[in-house]
Amino acid sequence: MMMELTTPKKLPASVGKWGMILTAVGVIMGGAAFAVDPHRAFFGYLWMYMFLVSIGVGSLALVALEYLVGANWSTPFRRVPEFLAGIILLLVILVIPLLFGMHDLFHWTHAEAVAEDPILKSKEPYLNTTFFIARTGVILLIWLIFYYLFTRNSRKQDISKDPALTASSIKYSAIFAILFILTISFTAIDWMMSLEPHWFSTMFGVYYFAGTLVAAISISAFISVSLNEGGFFGFKVDDEKYYSFGTLMFAFNVFWTYIGFSQYMLIWYADIPEETFWFMNRMEGSWVYFSIGLLFVHFIIPFLMLLPRSSKVNPNLILYMSAWLIYAHAYDLYWIIMPTYFKDGFVFSWNELGFLVLAFGIIALVFNYMASRFNIVPVGDPKLQRGLYFHLN
Amino acid sequence: MIKKIVNFFREYNSRNDEERRTDRLYAVSAIFDTPNEIMAAASEVSGRGYKKFDAYTPYPVHRLDQAMGIKYPLVGPIAFTGGITGLFLALLMMWWMGSKDYPNIIGGKPFFSLPPSIPITFEGTILLTGFATVVGMLILLNKLPKINSPISDTEFMKRVSSDKFGIVIAADDRMFSETQVTELFRSLGASRIENIYYKPSNLTDKTPIFNRKFIMTLIGVAAIAAIVTYFTLNIVLYQVVPFDWMWKQARINAQSESLFFANKSGMREPVAGTVARGFMPYEYKGLPDSAVRLLANPLPVSKNVIEKGQEKYNIYCSPCHGYFGDGDGRLNDQFPKPPSLHNSKVLNWKDGNIYHVITNGQNVMPSYEGQISRDDRWAIVHYVRVLQRAKNAKDQDLPK
Ligand code: HEC
Repeated sequence: MMMELTTPKKLPASVGKWGMILTAVGVIMGGAAFAVDPHRAFFGYLWMYMFLVSIGVGSLALVALEYLVGANWSTPFRRVPEFLAGIILLLVILVIPLLFGMHDLFHWTHAEAVAEDPILKSKEPYLNTTFFIARTGVILLIWLIFYYLFTRNSRKQDISKDPALTASSIKYSAIFAILFILTISFTAIDWMMSLEPHWFSTMFGVYYFAGTLVAAISISAFISVSLNEGGFFGFKVDDEKYYSFGTLMFAFNVFWTYIGFSQYMLIWYADIPEETFWFMNRMEGSWVYFSIGLLFVHFIIPFLMLLPRSSKVNPNLILYMSAWLIYAHAYDLYWIIMPTYFKDGFVFSWNELGFLVLAFGIIALVFNYMASRFNIVPVGDPKLQRGLYFHLN
Repeated sequence: MIKKIVNFFREYNSRNDEERRTDRLYAVSAIFDTPNEIMAAASEVSGRGYKKFDAYTPYPVHRLDQAMGIKYPLVGPIAFTGGITGLFLALLMMWWMGSKDYPNIIGGKPFFSLPPSIPITFEGTILLTGFATVVGMLILLNKLPKINSPISDTEFMKRVSSDKFGIVIAADDRMFSETQVTELFRSLGASRIENIYYKPSNLTDKTPIFNRKFIMTLIGVAAIAAIVTYFTLNIVLYQVVPFDWMWKQARINAQSESLFFANKSGMREPVAGTVARGFMPYEYKGLPDSAVRLLANPLPVSKNVIEKGQEKYNIYCSPCHGYFGDGDGRLNDQFPKPPSLHNSKVLNWKDGNIYHVITNGQNVMPSYEGQISRDDRWAIVHYVRVLQRAKNAKDQDLPK
C-alpha cells in the first residue's frame, strides 16, 4: 500500500503578508520602545530573543529527536520543525543588539559593582564580558553547524532518496542531543540566570530546557495540524496522528512542571536567603498574582485539557492547546526575565508587546520563506510511507 | 507433599478442561489473523446493530473501542475519579498528620504547607488512580465475581491470548441468529469460526468465586506466598548486605568492646565536669559536716509528701533496711545488714545528715543520687522521721 502524494498546495499568501505586517508593527513598536526607554526595551528584547531561541533551537532538537528514537509518525511533518529551526540563522543577527545592551541587562558587567562585591568577584572568572561573548559565539556556531548538517542531509534526500543520509543524520543527532542539552543550559545560565548574578540554581538549565521543548513541540503541532487540516501537505493523515502531538505536548509540559516544582521546593525547603530571594522577588507586589497565574497557565489548565484521550485526537483542541502552550512559554520567559527590571510589581505594556509581535512576525516570515523554497514534505525520506500509515498499534 | 499439591492442581485443571459442554449455545466466536481485520470486523459487527459482543486481542489495539462502537470507555473516568480522590485524601492526610495529629515544628516551617505536600499528593494521586483502574476494571468491566465464563478453556481463548484476534457474539443478543452470525463472520474473512456452548458449571454455579475449592486454593496460595516472602525477606536475604535492613552497621553497640580505645570500652564517658540538663550535682559530696550544718528539708510535712516518701522508701530502702527501718531487710544476709534507723544516733541526726547518707552513701551503702530525685530524697527523709516517730511512740500519743 502506498499513499500517493500530490503536489502540496502553496501556502496562502496571507502567511507572508501577516509575517510582514507583524514584523513591521513589531519593528516600529520595538523601535519606539528603544527610543522611549532603552534600558527597559533591552529586557523586552531579551524576552523576544529567548523566545526565538526556544522555538528555533527547540525545533532543531525535535528534528534530532525524531532521528535519534527512529520515530515514524512525525516524519511526514518533519519539515515543520526543520523550517522553524531556520530561525537559528537569524539568531546570529538578532543577538548583536543584545551585546550592546549587556551593560543595561547584566549587573555583573558593572566593574565598580563587581569590585565591591566579593560574591561577584569570585564569579568573575566565569561571568566576564569576554568569556560571555565567546560562549555565546561558540554556542551559536554549534547550532548553526547542526542546523546545516540536518537540513543538508534532509534536502539532499528529497532528490537522492538515499537511506544512508538518514543513517548519517542519526549519528549527528546523537551528538547534537548532548550538545543541545549543554548549549541550552549554558544559554539559560548566561542570558537569564545571570540577570540576578547572586542567584544560582543547579536546576535552572534543565528548567529552560523543558520549556523550550514545550514551546517547540507546541508550535510544530500548531503548524502541522493547521497545514494538514487545510490540505497543504499534499496528503491528509487522519486525526489519529495528532495523538502523538497531544501526548508529547502533555508529557513535555508535565516534565516542565516537575522541574519547575522541584526547583521551587528544594529552595523553599532549604530556605537559605541567597537562594530564596529570586522567588521572593516574584512573590512580592503584584508579581505574586503573575506567579500564581503561571501555575494555572502552564500547568493546571493544559494538564486538565490534554488529559483525556479524546482531546489528543481532536484537531481543534490540539490547535487551541498548542497555541495556549506557546503563550504559556512566553509567559514563563516573562516571569523569568522581567522581575529583574520591574522590581516593584508586574508591568506589561506596549513596550513589551511590540517584541512579542516582532517574534511572531519573524517566525511567520522564516516559515513562509522556507516553505516557498523547499519541499514541505520530506519526500525522499524512507520513513515517510511508514509515517503516513502510522498506527499506534 | 509437593507432589500432592502439584497433582491436585493438575487434576483440578484437567477436570475443568475436559468438562463436557452442554448443548446450550452461549455464543459464536470467530478468529481473525490481523489487527486490521479485527478493526474492520468490530466496526461491521457494531454497525449491524449487535450489542452483546466482545473483541479479544493478544495486546492492546488502539481505537478498537471506537470500532466496537463504545462511545464512552469507562476506564478513563474511573481512573480520573480515583486520581482526584487520591489527591484530596493525600492532602487531607498531610494536613491532618502535620497540624492536628502530631504537630511538630520542623525547620521553622508551618505545620501544613503545600510545597512539601506535593510529592505525597502526587504519589497518592497515582496510587489511587492505579487502584481505581485495576479494581474498577476487574469488577465493573470484567465482572469479577464471575470467574467461570463459557469462553474460558476454549480453543478460541487459547488463540486470542497468544497471537490471534477474536470476536464473540453472544447468543442472547436481540438480533442473534446462529446462521446469520456465522455467515457474517465468514464474509468478514474469519479464519476459524466456532460455536461456544455453556459448561454445566456455568448453569449451576451462580458465583463460582465462592466455590469452596477456589477459596481454599486462594488461601493456600496466599499462605505459601506469605511464608515464602517472609523467609526470603527476613531470614535468607537478611544475611546479605544490603538486604539486612541495616541490621549490620559499622558502629559499636552499647556495652561492647572496642579495641580502638585504650580502655577497650566501646562506650565513652562524658567529659569531666559535664552536667546533664535539669540535674544539679550534689554540692556536699564527701563533706558530711557542711551538709549537716547547711542542709534543711525544703519540703513541707504534708500527706502527699509523706505518701511519696513511703512509696520511694519501700522501693529503694526497704530491701536492706526493712519496711520499718529495723535493719531486717529481705536480702537474707547476701549483703551486710544495716543498723537500725531507730538507734539513738540516727534519731538525733539532723535531716541533712540522713539526706547526705542517701545522696552520698556511707561505707558499704551506695549513693542513691542517680536513682532518686532530689525532692524524692527529701520526701524519704520525712518518711524516715515518721517511722522513727512511730517506733518510739509514747503512751500519751494514743488518743484518749
Ligand atoms: C543495699 C542495701 C541498702 C539500701 C538499699 C539502703 N541502705 Fe542505708 N545502709 C545500708 C548499710 C549496710 C548501712 C550501714 C553502713 C555503715 O556501715 O556505715 C546503711 C546505713 C544507713 C544509714 C546510717 C545508719 C547509721 O547508723 O549510720 C541511714 C540513715 C540509711 N542507711 C538510710 C537509708 C535510706 C533512707 C535508704 C533508701 C534511700 C537506704 N539507706 C538504702 C544498706 C542499705
